[in-house]
Amino acid sequence: MTKSNQSLADRVTPIDAGEGVVGAGFIGDQPVLALVEGDVLFVDGDAGRRVKAHPDASILLTQFTRDRLVTGGDDGRVVETRANGAAAELGDEKGKWIDSLALRDDGATAWSAGKLVRARDARGEVRTMTAPSSVRGVYFMPKGYRLAIAHYNGVSMWFPNTAAEPEGLVWRGSHLDVTISPDGRFAVSSMQENSLHGWRIADKKDMRMTGYPAKSRSLSWSHDGKWLATSGAEACIVWPFDGKDGPMGRGPRECCARASRVSRVAFHPAGLVIAIGFEDGWIMLSRLADGAEIFVRSPKDGQGAAIAALAWNADGKRLIFGAEDGAAGLLELPV
Amino acid sequence: MTEKVPVTVLTGYLGAGKTTLLNRILSEDHGQKFAVIVNEFGEIGIDNDLVVGADEEVFEMNNGCICCTVRGDLIRIVEGLMKRRGKFDAIIVETTGLADPAPVAQTFFVDQDVQDRARLDAVVTVADAKWLADRLKDAPEAKNQIAFADVIILNKMDLVTEAELREVEGRIRAINPYARLHKTTKCQVPISAVLGQGAFDLERILEIEPAFLEVEDEHDHDHHDHGHGHDHGHHHHHDHGHDHKGLKHYHDEEMQSVAVRVDGDMDPNKFMPWINELVQKEGPNILRSKGILAFKDDPKRFVFQGVHMILDGDSQRDWKPGEKRESKVVFIGRNLKEDELRKGVLSCLA
Repeated sequence: MTKSNQSLADRVTPIDAGEGVVGAGFIGDQPVLALVEGDVLFVDGDAGRRVKAHPDASILLTQFTRDRLVTGGDDGRVVETRANGAAAELGDEKGKWIDSLALRDDGATAWSAGKLVRARDARGEVRTMTAPSSVRGVYFMPKGYRLAIAHYNGVSMWFPNTAAEPEGLVWRGSHLDVTISPDGRFAVSSMQENSLHGWRIADKKDMRMTGYPAKSRSLSWSHDGKWLATSGAEACIVWPFDGKDGPMGRGPRECCARASRVSRVAFHPAGLVIAIGFEDGWIMLSRLADGAEIFVRSPKDGQGAAIAALAWNADGKRLIFGAEDGAAGLLELPV
Repeated sequence: MTEKVPVTVLTGYLGAGKTTLLNRILSEDHGQKFAVIVNEFGEIGIDNDLVVGADEEVFEMNNGCICCTVRGDLIRIVEGLMKRRGKFDAIIVETTGLADPAPVAQTFFVDQDVQDRARLDAVVTVADAKWLADRLKDAPEAKNQIAFADVIILNKMDLVTEAELREVEGRIRAINPYARLHKTTKCQVPISAVLGQGAFDLERILEIEPAFLEVEDEHDHDHHDHGHGHDHGHHHHHDHGHDHKGLKHYHDEEMQSVAVRVDGDMDPNKFMPWINELVQKEGPNILRSKGILAFKDDPKRFVFQGVHMILDGDSQRDWKPGEKRESKVVFIGRNLKEDELRKGVLSCLA
């Protein structure tokens, strides 16, 4: 592996969010942080603008698309924040925690609370289904208006606009997050037992992706859909999904091995470069082709809170990140 | 790493007074803030506390261990709560009246993320002095909750006579002689008797003696042996109380405790495989286990504790000069085979 001692640390603008970061991303080209005490922070130099998305509550999870941020709170509310700072309530589950969240570029939103799953299309039409057990992850499938739902013993694929029973992908155990490959051929879930489970959707063939010392809770597809970067090990584990069999019978790549676990990963939107956040607060970039590593950030005394969120902007020139202790930052790549 | 948050699990059969106890804990002037995980938002005081609704969803872990069940909702809730770590000092989990405490307890040993951030402090069971004896006959859940408990709040003592109280106490002790027992009216018990018990803390497994040998409030039991020495030849009688100075000794046909004490050193290379195999095989029946062991050539005491198949053990302090090096292992469980357990432990002598 080629090691490089390049550093981009001098191109990082630190941000003090003041409280734990739950989500990070860009609305349009504005860097935004979602914070544990319920605020959405529009980062703007030292100034910054706060929007009270969940007053007196906590943000549990976030999802971004190019033009909006949606947050789910322990107040049971699903709130959409737009570039102008306007916050709108999309759903209210009366105090039940929002457990999972998914967005589509066309404006559709899905969320779950307990066994209840709701899909709200771009026009605001809400459909509801009840899963066989509590739902931990939802994800819009790339083709059609269809939602993948992770729960105990498998994943259900549901067309909200039809009365048809959801189609099941079955595997024993508790499935947490779920994602679908951009070409729509593979479903991958993270599991309670420190592994990933995959299915080739066409024939429901199973694939096990194991060897993680911890749960793998951050999954990111490469722009070309041929690779899946994952957290949960002391390196970023990257599985090949290029051939017709995906990772079946093949091993993963390991990028950027360090003596700390990877907490968040984000593939660059245009190149085979992965931003990798660690539990000790470090951030590295790794190039898949040759394993070259670029240093981005370490906490002040070298040891800090885990990176909780990490996201590229649309053209991949900026990277925003935030840690569990509120330390955050914005990387601007030299163009 | 920040300190782990202590978690207290409140169990108790329907109507025993769990909510009363919970309200007492929350309303007492102790300056602590709690995150309370409840199944139904009921009449609980929530001014300064975080209250979270749970679904009590139990699932099996995929690790080949059939009794290794966990509460999936708890894993998710603890993960969410930990984002607001500074907002509370402790977590209280209230279970439904019919719940088995094991999956709740096991969640804190099986899930690494939960284990990294929270530690189980104690299982506290509220029992109804008037009705418990009946429930022990017809409700397996009630018996489980008593057997599993570290602390038992024997509530509603004002509704029974002194004789009835001793009777029910005897029945509790037949199942679980190790829990700390408090007799109360309207769950009036100091908060220090419920929280901060360290019942799962290996550092605090100092002695495993039946709790009713401790000098306790109203009775004097210090000459009692706790039943395991009895000859269990008469298994077909349902009750056989012996009246010892006020506290009847019962034998519960289904749920018992077995204690084995051994003089002399044990061989860790024999004991470890034996206990592991035992809990693999008998884990579903063994609710709780604990032990303090003197291992050969080891100056330190080895302590362990277990919940069904899950064992947790560690070397503890040195044996003190003059302290008798002896090993003691206790089990609480269903249909325990006392002879086999005793033989098993003895076979591990160094």
